[in-house]
Amino acid sequence: MDLKTRYMGLELDHPVVASASPLSETLDGIRRLEDGGVSAVVLFSLFEEQIRQERMAFVQLMDHPSESYAESLSYFPDVGDFRVGPDSYLSLVQRAAEAVDIPVIASLNCVTGEGWIEYARQLQEAGAKALELNIYGIEANFDVSGREVEQRYLDILRMVKQAVSIPVALKLSPFFSAFGHIARQFDAEGADALVLFNRFYQPDLDIVNLEVAPTLSLSHAGEIRLPLLWIALLRGRLKASLAATRGVESAVESAVEIIKYLLAGADVVMVASALLRNGPDYAGTLVDGLRDWMDQRGFQSLEPMRGIMSRAKVANPGAFERANYIKILESY
Amino acid sequence: MAKPKVITLDGNEAVAHVAYRVNEVCAIYPITPSSTMAELADQWAAEGKTNIFGEVPVVVEMQSEGGAAGAVHGALQTGALTTTFTASQGLLLMIPNMYKIAGELTPTVFHVAARSLAAQALSIFGDHSDVAAVRGTGFAQIASGSVQEAHDLALIAQAASLNSRIPFLHFFDGFRTSHEISKIVLLSDDEIRAMIDEETVRAHRARALNPDNPFIRGTAQNPDVYFQGRETVNPYYARLPSLVQKTMDRFGELTGRRYRLFEYHGDPEAERVAVILGSGAHTLRQTVDFLAKQGEKVGVIQVRLCLPFSVGHFLAALPSTTKAIAVLDRLKSPGALGEPLYTDVVAALAEAEASGLLPAGKRPEIVGGRYGLSSKEFNPAMAKAVLDELKKERPKNHFTVGIVDDVSHTSLDVDPGFDIEPDGVVRAVFFGLGADGTVGANKNSIKIIGESTDLHAQGYFVYDSKKSGSRTTSHVRFGPEPIESPYLIESANFIGCHQFSFIETLDVLAKAKHGAVLLLNSPHGPDDVWDRLPYEVQRQIIDKALKLYVIDASRVALETGMGGRTNTIMQTCFFALSGVLPRDQAIAKIKEAIKKTYGKKGEEIVRKNYEAVDRTLSALHEVKVPDQATGTLKRQPVVSEEAPDFVRRVTAMMMADRGDELPVSLMPADGTFPSGTTRWEKRNIAQSVPVWEPDICIQCGNCGFVCPHSVIRAKFYHESRLENAPETFLSAPVTAYGFPETRYTLQVYVEDCTGCGLCVEVCPAKSLTRSGVKAINMRPNDPIQEPQKANTRFFETIPVNDRARIDFSSVRGAQFLEPLFEFPGACAGCGETPYVRLLSQLFGDRLIVANATGCSSIYGGNLPTTPWTVNAEGNGPAWSNSLFEDNAEFGFGFRLTADQHLALAQRLARELKDSLDPELVDEILAAPQLTESQIRAQRERVAKLKAMLLKRTDDKAKDLLSVVDQLVRRSIWTVGGDGWAYDIGSGGLDHVLASGRDVNVLVLDTEVYSNTGGQMSKATPLGAVAKFAAAGKTVAKKDLALQAIAYGNVYVARVAMGANPQQTLLAFREAEAYPGPSLILAYSHCIAHGYNLQHGMRQQDLAVASGYWPLIRYNPALRRSDRNPFVLDSPRPRIRFKEYAYNELRFMMLSHTNPRNFERLMEMAQQVVDQKWDIYEEMASRAGSRFHPDASVDLP
Repeated sequence: MDLKTRYMGLELDHPVVASASPLSETLDGIRRLEDGGVSAVVLFSLFEEQIRQERMAFVQLMDHPSESYAESLSYFPDVGDFRVGPDSYLSLVQRAAEAVDIPVIASLNCVTGEGWIEYARQLQEAGAKALELNIYGIEANFDVSGREVEQRYLDILRMVKQAVSIPVALKLSPFFSAFGHIARQFDAEGADALVLFNRFYQPDLDIVNLEVAPTLSLSHAGEIRLPLLWIALLRGRLKASLAATRGVESAVESAVEIIKYLLAGADVVMVASALLRNGPDYAGTLVDGLRDWMDQRGFQSLEPMRGIMSRAKVANPGAFERANYIKILESY
Repeated sequence: MAKPKVITLDGNEAVAHVAYRVNEVCAIYPITPSSTMAELADQWAAEGKTNIFGEVPVVVEMQSEGGAAGAVHGALQTGALTTTFTASQGLLLMIPNMYKIAGELTPTVFHVAARSLAAQALSIFGDHSDVAAVRGTGFAQIASGSVQEAHDLALIAQAASLNSRIPFLHFFDGFRTSHEISKIVLLSDDEIRAMIDEETVRAHRARALNPDNPFIRGTAQNPDVYFQGRETVNPYYARLPSLVQKTMDRFGELTGRRYRLFEYHGDPEAERVAVILGSGAHTLRQTVDFLAKQGEKVGVIQVRLCLPFSVGHFLAALPSTTKAIAVLDRLKSPGALGEPLYTDVVAALAEAEASGLLPAGKRPEIVGGRYGLSSKEFNPAMAKAVLDELKKERPKNHFTVGIVDDVSHTSLDVDPGFDIEPDGVVRAVFFGLGADGTVGANKNSIKIIGESTDLHAQGYFVYDSKKSGSRTTSHVRFGPEPIESPYLIESANFIGCHQFSFIETLDVLAKAKHGAVLLLNSPHGPDDVWDRLPYEVQRQIIDKALKLYVIDASRVALETGMGGRTNTIMQTCFFALSGVLPRDQAIAKIKEAIKKTYGKKGEEIVRKNYEAVDRTLSALHEVKVPDQATGTLKRQPVVSEEAPDFVRRVTAMMMADRGDELPVSLMPADGTFPSGTTRWEKRNIAQSVPVWEPDICIQCGNCGFVCPHSVIRAKFYHESRLENAPETFLSAPVTAYGFPETRYTLQVYVEDCTGCGLCVEVCPAKSLTRSGVKAINMRPNDPIQEPQKANTRFFETIPVNDRARIDFSSVRGAQFLEPLFEFPGACAGCGETPYVRLLSQLFGDRLIVANATGCSSIYGGNLPTTPWTVNAEGNGPAWSNSLFEDNAEFGFGFRLTADQHLALAQRLARELKDSLDPELVDEILAAPQLTESQIRAQRERVAKLKAMLLKRTDDKAKDLLSVVDQLVRRSIWTVGGDGWAYDIGSGGLDHVLASGRDVNVLVLDTEVYSNTGGQMSKATPLGAVAKFAAAGKTVAKKDLALQAIAYGNVYVARVAMGANPQQTLLAFREAEAYPGPSLILAYSHCIAHGYNLQHGMRQQDLAVASGYWPLIRYNPALRRSDRNPFVLDSPRPRIRFKEYAYNELRFMMLSHTNPRNFERLMEMAQQVVDQKWDIYEEMASRAGSRFHPDASVDLP
């Protein structure tokens, strides 16, 4: 059986890809992911803001106590090539690219134009096979319109595409008023893939301590609906590859979400929570589950099954639209 | 010939540059002010820089200067070109090896940033006490007087040493030269190479110990031959002066810079000549030039080779017209006929006359004098006073200059108005805070001007004695001619006042010249500022016709994301106003410098700085100065009128930067000062301070427990006491049962607070209704300062709680113990001082502390004010600092006295019993003194006894009276840092712990040399970056606890109050109660760890949670009853080591310099933690019988 798939120009053995997670923070972790059976790995994100903050903190911690007291004019050695930057990330990309056979996709989150361009270039040089732009932000400035946000995304994409020659994916939030419209613009601007969807930082409130509590829970199966919907809607309408992420978890009915995503039209399915819960070897279990299902249904390769449940091909396309909503309401 | 490279650097770097290039091995130990030389050498070695032989020299940090000298000796004996850098006591510790090195005719140069020796007090500043103390070692001594000279003579000394086989001590003035930034011509490697005769290097190697050519060196000689052996070296010394002069001549040919052994400067027919060495020579040269122009027949001889002293060369330099000579020494030899240079000159001229070199009867009159001890200013006015003195028929001999000696009347009168600073030199004085980056910006300006224009530049920086809120004064000169003015600016044409509060408290305009520019960082704009200036300041501005400019630099800094760093902004203003460079060029250069400094560290830092520069000029305003001083504000007195006489007359002068004016008579003769003077120095340095919320507070005492500056105090009292309380005075009912009508107050001494925020971090009580509000919260100081002052004063009228009624065993109870260590000048958020304060709370009234040199001796004993204080009865800690290396032994001496005098007191009491009060004496002799109430009872009994003895006149009673205080049990503690306990004092500490005597040792373990600026110690953890471990320390921290436990009879505890304050408290009390030696290792977070110290206690908690710092107690007393003496107080590790380590720059630095090594070392560090934990856990589960028995307690 042939599970091969193409994802933004990359030939992958099968559609199960590791998405950004703590598992890809070390070389050892990346090796374990490869051994576990993923067909590609998206590294955890390089956050420009974090680097900036770290730089500021480093400079402050080095400089501020200095030149204050005659006996201790500084507290740290003056190391010539001291650099706070993406070096350790780049080094990881480089080492991972050398150490594993599967494609290594770097993930980038920046806050400035020069950050996007500079880091994208550096990641390409370090050996990343592709880039995933993890554009992410909660627009808390009420003066910024949705149109401006969209334009910012497009600008970033354009800048990065001009800066690098490797494929560029956009990992997106679902919160656009007209997602199809903006997806088409991304496609037109040259996005090689759209990754649907980003999971948002949604803080909780701690009612004991009256504090805002940062939470980050692993995804669960129910979360697949939104990406599933949009993959089904977009399938066949864009040149860009489609990656599904979120909600792959079921251990009982193995690979069920993978199958759903592929049926909706995804080129690859990205997995993080399931691997965190069950270990990297779980990737192999998911692939086996997919293979079993395809075997039962008589699919010899992915192509015939991909997108057969997309809006373009499904028997009742209206089910993806508003009518479906009304129908559900009526059923109560 | 290539154009010589011109560079601005300080004296230390100028010397290290040469020493590094001509040596193969460097063994050092950090000591101020020489540390930078070694640090640079280490840095260059880490960067792979090579010496002139193409090798990267090896730089090693040893455990002490004694160790460094031993390593140097060994490396020399085996043929390596070897050097060291040191100063002061460090040099003294090298003496034994220096005799050996010289006795074996071994070429080497020791570079010394000359510094005072600890006598009546320690001083880190410069004079020649140290180098004078090693005159007998056989080392030749060569002295430099400026940064350029230090650079050049470092090489000349090296060449001469190799040629002569005589080791050299090359010295220059600590701080004045070692830390002065100056523009110099740098020696090229080719020039250095040309000076070093490679044959001499090979000859040195050929003399090395070598099994292929074996011999023995280092024999023991006996009365028959030792003497002759000592005389063998005479020819080597005899030819040395000529050889050095030849080396200087050769250097002159190569570089154009010519030096003489004795360099005469002045009128060729001078009648009055001063003789001096070091930087003071340049002051005298300037003064002589000025006076000579006015027709005075004066001159100066700068001595470079001071040992051996060449009579011939000296005579050749001395004008034959000389009638009177003043020899100036920068040290004090109490009781000596005179100081060394003086006696040398006297002897030289006597010998010259005797031998006929000087015609009989032609010997000039010679007087000697002292100047400049401990970096005391030596300026042209003082130089003139010396030359003027020689005009007198009977000039004063053994004079002093620069002080007022109203005791022995040695001092010369000085005309303070004498000003010879040349026109055309921009002389700027900047007053800033350590934290605002003023010094860094000035160093930067000097580099900009020095290296990108033809102007010459000089910078010298004065720091105050505090580590928090410290004030800096920068003295910066720029001019077209080389600047050789090694003294502070007395008449400035530019004053930068970078903190508005200074203008209210300090006389910042005292040195302002008529017509000077005053740049003021002011929150008040050009229209409002005038009325905000004190009357005195307004007067000065008008009288001196100053041009006043203001900028709200703090606001610009805030708006451009620079935080509290106003440095770039004020620097830009300086350039804009001073006109040293055209404005545009200056701004371009500032930006270039910013790029150079921060470019590697990140664009955004560069951008923020650029933005700050760009926004500066529009925020800078000239103030129209009115004709009249109309101010109603008056500068506040330095200390309150309630302060004791000594504090008002002496301490306050030092606090006001007027210590130079204090006459000798006001200084204690033996270094004894009154306790508890920090309370009079209300520094008001915190922008925000903790504010108490009584309704939320659970009265747990945690905030006060961690407060590094003892500014959070708690008392409980009867509610009637509140009758006259100020309106804003807060209180709450005591939360404990059994205290009816009792109120509780937590008072914050806001004037003494440094605003560190540790208290808020540890506060466990949160508001139920207001998000983010705890029982104590940081709030802006300004609006509450005045009411809080009144509240504090009222709080002080409430009696301190009776110690007998306090539960010592809980943190909650301990908050009511009065701290007898308060308001130290330690860093904001210091991790050491909370332990020190706790010590003072628990045992303060009978505490005697031996304090090792280091941070704790500085914040504990650095003038003007000191934190160890007394209680209402006048009892309190007796504190002393001996040295760095001997502290355990010093404290051990306290014990020996206590034991001896206790025995004496007991014997005398027994003998006098019948004539006193037999019952009382019996009670005293039998009294148990373990609990506070028992000690209190004993105190009362001893007081009664004392009263009886005071009435007696017989010798025995007087004898008993002289030791009677010992009958109250003393608590003897030796306190110090890890540099002392793990390194330099390790041997002594080990011996004292092994002695079995009741000495308590508190190690404030910051895991690094904090006081001297972050050098590695043996307490530094694996993987941490420190100076001398720039690539991460590769050896794990020494486990001092296990070492001490191995003796079996030492009480040992490892504590971290941020993790478990209760265990800390328990350990302190157990250690004190244990009648043998006790050792407490206290985790002390430190500014050298690299994180915001507000989180210090959290890091302590994480250190324990990770298993890196297991809390333990080993109590030999338990072993006596066959119980397991080893108690593991911390739970099993619940986080990984990295979760603790990654919060600290000392670990994280490596991740950015060498990520792979970082990962490797972090993994190894985890392994060490795991293995250590296994050992501890095994020990904790052993049967008691499997530990050493304690023989000392089972005496039959």
